[in-house]
Amino acid sequence: MASSPASGSRLWETDPILTVEHLFMRFGGLVAVNDLSFNVGRGDITALIGPNGAGKTTVFNCITGFYKPSAGRLALAHRRAATPAEIDAATAIGERSLATGDAAVYLLERLPDYRVSGEAKVARTFQNIRLFTGMTVLENLMVAQHNALMRASGYSLRGLFGLPSWGRAARAATEKATFWLDKVGLLERADDPAGDLPYGAQRRLEIARAMCSDPILLCLDEPAAGLNPRESLELNTLLRSIRADHGTSILLIEHDMSVVMEISDHVVVLDYGTKISDGTPEAVKSDPRVIAAYLGVDEDAVEEAGAEIEEIVQTGAAS
Amino acid sequence: MDIFVQQLINGLTLGSIYGLIAIGYTMVFGIIGMVNFAHGDVFMVSAFIALICFLLLTTVLGITSIFLALAIVLVVAMFFTALTNWAIERVAYRPLRGSFRLAPMISAIGMSILLANFVQVSQGPRNKPVPPMIGDVIVLMERDGYQVTLAWKQVIIMVLTAALLGGFWYLVQKTSLGRAQRACEQDRKMAALLGINVDHTISLTFVIGAALAAVAGVMYLMYYGVVNFADGFVPGVKAFTAAVLGGIGSLPGAVLGGLLIGLIETFWSAYFSIEYKDVAAFSILAVTLIFLPQGLLGRPEVEKV
Repeated sequence: MASSPASGSRLWETDPILTVEHLFMRFGGLVAVNDLSFNVGRGDITALIGPNGAGKTTVFNCITGFYKPSAGRLALAHRRAATPAEIDAATAIGERSLATGDAAVYLLERLPDYRVSGEAKVARTFQNIRLFTGMTVLENLMVAQHNALMRASGYSLRGLFGLPSWGRAARAATEKATFWLDKVGLLERADDPAGDLPYGAQRRLEIARAMCSDPILLCLDEPAAGLNPRESLELNTLLRSIRADHGTSILLIEHDMSVVMEISDHVVVLDYGTKISDGTPEAVKSDPRVIAAYLGVDEDAVEEAGAEIEEIVQTGAAS
Repeated sequence: MDIFVQQLINGLTLGSIYGLIAIGYTMVFGIIGMVNFAHGDVFMVSAFIALICFLLLTTVLGITSIFLALAIVLVVAMFFTALTNWAIERVAYRPLRGSFRLAPMISAIGMSILLANFVQVSQGPRNKPVPPMIGDVIVLMERDGYQVTLAWKQVIIMVLTAALLGGFWYLVQKTSLGRAQRACEQDRKMAALLGINVDHTISLTFVIGAALAAVAGVMYLMYYGVVNFADGFVPGVKAFTAAVLGGIGSLPGAVLGGLLIGLIETFWSAYFSIEYKDVAAFSILAVTLIFLPQGLLGRPEVEKV
């Protein structure tokens, strides 16, 4: 299903699924995201990295409808890349989405949060896990299929009376949930409360829940946070399989550089809300601006700075 | 012993009515964290809808079968009460969502006054009677001339309440709608991110709460035979007490709380003083809030981090 990206094929330029243009997010006087533009390639694993407070999660919140951006355009293209003309057309007519033939463009900044998931098919997970802890593991996955089930029941109470079409949909939903539980290794715990799972399992369940809503773009906020090296390795395998078997494009925020460099096709680096680098992992790794901002400046510079501070403190004490 | 059994029957009947109203309080609190003070008046409005519908059916249309009339009254009252509560949510609470916490509560108090006054002006301030219906009783025990009776009305009330609660439990626990409702209760924002239309789900909660209150309204009218524009207040606050006692946000808690309040009230009236029955019921509210703030079946409040 997904095209396996050969090295050098820059899908985010040739076939972007998400086009972010001039995104601004202001909180009062604070500019958390400042004129950010980047593309996410279809079928790519794209990593959004940057030091703490760089605005990565804010970008995620804008993409998934959690926040309304102060300014900017977020165009999500279903099936094939949208041409700039198509995106402009959708923008101009003031609609939230525009279908052209078999393809469709969704302007995410205009969609209410529930339609970002339900129609535009963007799913996300959270840095601090947000499972429905009082529900069972299986129910968490069923909730994510609410829309499919409601469609099957004709948005009415018909589902309650067990019409055949609804019965089929309910079975399909359970099957899908079972598939993902098996995939993340939680099948035996299907009927336990989600809150009782260990941390690593909760992270996997959150990914499984997101996948149950049939996303075309999966946004993962620090999926490897708090995982041990073995779990981290399993996560890499899971993400690769999601991309390969389900054709879902993945956008992730990650601090674990081993994960980022290992699995991503494309890396975007943020610092203070602006983009400072954008390219293949190799290109980004050797970008001096990234090294300076993200990995810190070199040791000599740190020592120099230390000496300077000492000087200031001493002159301050003397005066 | 005879008095005890008789009061037990009376208390369970009254408690069923309180329990049905309490579910509306507890569901709304669970999903939007608001005490819907207008809910008692929605219950009163439903009793008036039932009254009007019953009189239309029996006098204008001339339906003689009391059970048929009651069934129609029940459906009509549930529908129109649900519509009323849907409109109230749409007009008075939804625009205030995202405002400070007290705002929808104050709006609810306003709606409560509005409903009571509207009924007072349009229906008159006096008690409105319905012709007595289903007066038959079953004599369970008889000793020294004191009869322990179980009225058919009481049987209907208890059976209908049990059946409705069963159906309601199925709706919340087993259907996709119920799952969405519970998901919104736990984390509205996350539910929205999974494609659930939170506004629709909240509307649905108000509709279900009102439909159950309407059942309580019809049964209240059938049981007492009169209704008054001010009748929303005291049963409303008692049902709220029941929701708090059972643990606000907990559905089984609302039913348990309703039954307990009903029993406490009737036993207090029988053994102590009938004048102070409301004082007894409301003292429970204060005692619960002080010593058992999470209620009997409520989850302890865990601050979200």
